[in-house]
Amino acid sequence: MNLVWGFLLIPLAAICVIPFLNLKGKAIAVYMAVSFIAILTSFVAVKALMGESFNLILQGSFISGPIRLQVDALSAWFILIINFTFLTGGFYGLFYMSAYQNQPKNLTLQAILFVLLYPALVSLCFIQNGFAFIIAWEIMALSAFLSVIFEHEKAATIKAGINFIIQSHVSLVFLMIGFIWVASQTGTYDFEAIHTYALANVGVTSLWLFAVFFIGFAIKAGFVPFHTWLPYAHPAAPSHISGIMSGVLIKIGIFGILRMLLLIPVDYLVVGVIILFIGLFSGIYGIMMAILQHNLKKILAYSSVENIGIIGIGIGLGCIGLGTNNPVLISLGFAGALLHILNHSLFKSLLFFAAGNVYQATHSLDIEKMGGLIKKMPQTALLFLIAALAISGLPPFNGFISEFILYTGLFGLITNASVVSMLGIIFTITGLVLIGGLAIFCFTKAFSVVFLGNARHTFHHHVKEVSKFQLLPLYFIVILLVFIGLFPKIFLDILIKPVQLFTNLQQLPFNSFQGNGIETMLSVSNSSLYFILLIISIFGIRKLLLRKKTVTVSSTWGCGYTAPTHKIQYTGSSFSRTYSQLFGFLFRIERKEKLPKGIFPAKAHLETNSYDKVEKWLIDFPITNLKLFMGRFLFFQNGKLQFYILYGIVFIISIISLPILYEQIILLIDFLKQL
Amino acid sequence: MISFILIILAATFFTGIIIRTKSIASGRKGPGIFQPLLDVIRLFNKGTVYSETSSFVFQIAPTIYFSSVFVAMLVVPFGQSKGFISFNGDFIFFAYVLGLGKFFSIIGAMDTGSSFGGMGASREALYSMFAEPAFFILMGSLALLTGYTSFQEIFSALHLGSSISYALAVMAAVVFLLIAMIENSRMPLDDTKTHLELTMVHEVMILDNSGFDLGLILSAGYLKFAMYGAIIFNLFSGTIGYKYAIPMFFAMQLLLAFIIGIIESFMARFRMNHNAQFIVVLSSVSLLIFFGALLVSGKFI
Repeated sequence: MNLVWGFLLIPLAAICVIPFLNLKGKAIAVYMAVSFIAILTSFVAVKALMGESFNLILQGSFISGPIRLQVDALSAWFILIINFTFLTGGFYGLFYMSAYQNQPKNLTLQAILFVLLYPALVSLCFIQNGFAFIIAWEIMALSAFLSVIFEHEKAATIKAGINFIIQSHVSLVFLMIGFIWVASQTGTYDFEAIHTYALANVGVTSLWLFAVFFIGFAIKAGFVPFHTWLPYAHPAAPSHISGIMSGVLIKIGIFGILRMLLLIPVDYLVVGVIILFIGLFSGIYGIMMAILQHNLKKILAYSSVENIGIIGIGIGLGCIGLGTNNPVLISLGFAGALLHILNHSLFKSLLFFAAGNVYQATHSLDIEKMGGLIKKMPQTALLFLIAALAISGLPPFNGFISEFILYTGLFGLITNASVVSMLGIIFTITGLVLIGGLAIFCFTKAFSVVFLGNARHTFHHHVKEVSKFQLLPLYFIVILLVFIGLFPKIFLDILIKPVQLFTNLQQLPFNSFQGNGIETMLSVSNSSLYFILLIISIFGIRKLLLRKKTVTVSSTWGCGYTAPTHKIQYTGSSFSRTYSQLFGFLFRIERKEKLPKGIFPAKAHLETNSYDKVEKWLIDFPITNLKLFMGRFLFFQNGKLQFYILYGIVFIISIISLPILYEQIILLIDFLKQL
Repeated sequence: MISFILIILAATFFTGIIIRTKSIASGRKGPGIFQPLLDVIRLFNKGTVYSETSSFVFQIAPTIYFSSVFVAMLVVPFGQSKGFISFNGDFIFFAYVLGLGKFFSIIGAMDTGSSFGGMGASREALYSMFAEPAFFILMGSLALLTGYTSFQEIFSALHLGSSISYALAVMAAVVFLLIAMIENSRMPLDDTKTHLELTMVHEVMILDNSGFDLGLILSAGYLKFAMYGAIIFNLFSGTIGYKYAIPMFFAMQLLLAFIIGIIESFMARFRMNHNAQFIVVLSSVSLLIFFGALLVSGKFI
């Protein structure tokens, strides 16, 4: 009980104090609040992972009923991930935000929102009551929305924010339908009621219930086709917020899906295949769109869609395992997904923070204007490079580990499967490989265009590396990133308890990963170590050999051309030109061009923009039609006050008369029946 | 461990044989078969020139590229004897380590700020992206056929019993050969002997490398050839003893080098925009192998 009071009072106290402090005080207050909550929740979470889950029932109100709090292994895993991301992101944010010192009011609001967002997000992991869950969800969504529109003087930011808030509420509607549905049938909002209700109605009903929750959570998670808010919200937000959003906020959607899988018994095979397919599609589509973007943060946003897809593949595999009573597949699928959630929260927040550094140095996110930043910001470049390697799933970093687990699951499945599922598996493997290849394409492009080569644009201000303190949290993330890559076994051991929750669904025994095909993790980490040692020794030999030789610095080979300019470099668009020609039919690439004509050509320009086809058909198309339809009723809005009062009266009367009318109709029907 | 030594030995003459075959086919005498090796040794003893545009990425990239090929080589088994690194799913590690090498060779090329480097880099990134599914489908079919998921177990369980499995092994060999050609940017995709930067893929990426770094890149290429040659050998080696296996290994490598030389002598390079289609064909062939594997394993009813 004291823990809950502490959890509620810390942010409250911080919120009350923050407006009255100076900038430095605010920063300290925010970070202290975040640290205290982190310590508190981590304490509970670590205990839960050791096997001692936390249970508490709050009184609640007469609407919500008693509010049950429970931290089980799954919640604990997510809580720890959220804590780490908020601790690093918060620390980064303190220094990132110091660039906006001239907007003290805005900063106060940001500080308060940060302290609100964090506990709201954490509490979602342990609230076991639909009513309270919705409230926490709404606090989370609103504070995230207000954080996103920090730079609200820009029109694009406001637009992105509104897009985010609307889609957030569409997701909320689905969740509300789900919770109210169950509550109307069972009379309670408790999550246990969802379980009992679904258990009593296994089959089509439980599948529908799951589908409603799935869509609600999938919008937050950003599965294709529900991803359209991501590429707008992430670039608009301040970088620490984008890092946190992409790192953990969208993962709360995944958490919801996993929680509902635990609660709602469905035909796991069908659900698994559907989630696998959605995941695969999200993965490929996300990374294919990412390659085409020019905005650094948009690249990262689409790559989040891709990684959510990979997580989806893991969850899908796990569900297929549940459907076929295959404990190995369950453990590999869910462990792969859960580990990838951690991994993605690490490298994606790192990438966003590095992108934030770039933004602060150049005041731009357009990659076509960058280049050569590695010489001015070597540390940011190195951090970005490591994160890019990790996100491409390359050894010896952590991304490889989670993808390796998924591959092991897939290849393990291939040896005992029927023909149809075999085709599915080979299709999935191909998809996963393609995702990997495309990710390499995407991140070589992003890294090399931003950081390598010559500057493509002259900035009128001094471009310099950010402060050491701002880089500090990034190094923390890198340490963890490499640590997971080299010693994955420790993390797999932690994952045993969360995975057990899923194997328990089918009463299957599962105690460790031994004999599941990934006891080879030790060999993987050894091989990675050999690899690193080899690189170091060869580089050492190289150093030794070159010591006595002449090392000259000269200009780049220009095919004999002696006056090269930075303009002849490959840009991001030219890097992906062949690709966009090959796959152009899949996207909508808008071209605005004025080609040079005549002997003395005047100014010419060429501009290409890629537009999301899913957005066009799923969002824009219905909205245009809705607008057209609604336009027909425009005459109602005639600007005359008398009419508006009339509408009000008509509305009130109809609301009052509706039940009466309803009874009359029933009477009439009864009368007709009697006839 | 034995595979490791044999691959290095084979790598010393593999590229030399290709060059020799090409020169004989075009009516020249050609250099000795160890000339590429001598070239590399010469490069190792040279100083080096860096572009003023480049950064530490350019300096470390060749080392990492070479190391990736070297580590990948350690994974490859030799008949019954395991590679230095061997575990379930080691071929995933194999492919991804090579991917890391590619990542660095791409950003190394981009680091020079040359438009040629960009051209080569973007092409390399695209082609390798297409080639990878073929490798994985192929390994998936072999895993399906044998029920194992590590190189050594797959190859030693690959009993060539029926005529269909012979056909499969030949097809697999073709796919591996083509993958090796793509990985090394050889003829149908890229002409190593072209003098026009605009039409190069791999060569244009390493225009600015020199000295030790260039030596590393070249030797990585030689090793790659011999490595894929060893994998192809493993497809057929079965359970024969070392006494026959080692001569057979070298004979196989010679044959492969000869075939590549012949292909390069009598084929023209594809148009750049046809390359992607060609590589997709590779995936289709490996899908055929997959169906063949289904057939053999009796899962196809």
